[in-house]
Amino acid sequence: MSTLELKGNLLTLMVLHLQETNIESITEQLAEKISKAPMFFQHAPIVIDLHAVQNDDNSVDVHDVVKVVRTAGLMPIAIRGGNPQQREIALSLNLGLLTHTTPTPHSLIEELEQKEEKEEEQSIIPMSSMCKIVTHPIRSGQRVVALNSDLIVLGTVSHGAEVLAHRHIHIYGPLRGRAFAGINGDKEARIFCQQFNAELLSIAGKYRVNEEFPENLLSQSVQVYLKGNDLEIEPL
Amino acid sequence: MSKIIVVTSGKGGVGKTTTSAAFATGLALRGIPTVVIDFDVGLRNLDLVMGCERRVVYDFINIINGEGNLNQALIKDRRVDSLYILPASQTRNKDALTLKGVAKVLEALKKRFEYIICDSPAGIEHGAIMAMYFADEALIITNPEVSSVRDSDRIVGMLASKTRRAVQDMAPVKEYLLLTRYSAKRVENGDMLSVDDVTDILALPMLGIIPESESVLHASNSGTPITLDNESDAGMAYLDVVARFLGEDPPVRKKKSLFSRLIGR
Repeated sequence: MSTLELKGNLLTLMVLHLQETNIESITEQLAEKISKAPMFFQHAPIVIDLHAVQNDDNSVDVHDVVKVVRTAGLMPIAIRGGNPQQREIALSLNLGLLTHTTPTPHSLIEELEQKEEKEEEQSIIPMSSMCKIVTHPIRSGQRVVALNSDLIVLGTVSHGAEVLAHRHIHIYGPLRGRAFAGINGDKEARIFCQQFNAELLSIAGKYRVNEEFPENLLSQSVQVYLKGNDLEIEPL
Repeated sequence: MSKIIVVTSGKGGVGKTTTSAAFATGLALRGIPTVVIDFDVGLRNLDLVMGCERRVVYDFINIINGEGNLNQALIKDRRVDSLYILPASQTRNKDALTLKGVAKVLEALKKRFEYIICDSPAGIEHGAIMAMYFADEALIITNPEVSSVRDSDRIVGMLASKTRRAVQDMAPVKEYLLLTRYSAKRVENGDMLSVDDVTDILALPMLGIIPESESVLHASNSGTPITLDNESDAGMAYLDVVARFLGEDPPVRKKKSLFSRLIGR
């Protein structure tokens, strides 16, 4: 029997964001905040975030900040950000170092950027279960891309046209152009087509050109998938 | 409502100008007010095929630049009453065509003509885009060979994305396929793609098939639109194209079968 267990846990922690380096005003403003709910702040663990001030020429002395925070009744447990010097001091004070966390927004612009990022992420999530359906023929020189989804083409993919998808590609008309499935490296992606006359096939970056296709499969219904490092073309 | 029709192909030498001249003449022969515009600025040919090269004073670019008025540039055909030609400039290049300028000229022409035929230059660059941008309908000219078919496919893709109708989310440009320089004999020999091959690849409604004919070359050189040559099979085929375009249903002209040709009909 093991005597202990180590587990990751997501906790809600208070973070003190330092916006400027003047230790007097830090002391003053911290005292003011705490005076509003002294019980709430009593012995509360807190992380000190130095992102906003780490590049200042006379950045804060971590000794001073920790002293101020302790005096205020809080328990500093780690710092986030900070220049190498500050991080060294934090270690000497037995504080943890938090790294690689997304910096919290310090300006409206950063906030907007983060919001956009978040929105992008969000719009991607439901997309992954959807697919892009194209009902018109895809002509020579045209390129259709399905991001984070399957691509279904009901018409022809002409010579010189390109269809690309992060996931599978299904083509119900003749495939005469180029098809790229799993373009972000998804080795499980497949290409299905009703009439196989492609110029080029690619799955997760592995490709084969027309000259290498087995002749008996041309104009047939086929599926294409990755077997090891080779593209397999198989009749349906 | 007047209609703007672009005659286009992507590839050069497939018969855009011949078709523009023949088609416009065919429409005008029915008394429909028709104008045909040469968009091939710098390589103008339409005036030659229409036989009016010596009457060009002002041209399309002059009108766009406001250096003359439309009436000065429009050349009235001497053979067919309701037919006019707007020639291109030979001394400028395609950059002289601007969307605004073309719009201005087309707007003015719309008041006078029922059909405005735009003879596109080859290629997919600025000149071709200017010719197709305002089109309501398009005649895609294709020869029965792979490179021509592929270029036509490319042009059809552009009609669906680069035209005013596409940009403004209106009903798409109505497209018709016209197969020119077709030789049934060479198809039989396997030298040319067949009608079925071409329609299979392009998937467009076929407006007509123009047979390869020596009379076309002769007509071009003599400055006579082929539709004015009553003897020419190509001219007859173009008249059928016009009829089909106008919604009529002319009977398919009997082609000589291999058998009848063998026994000397």
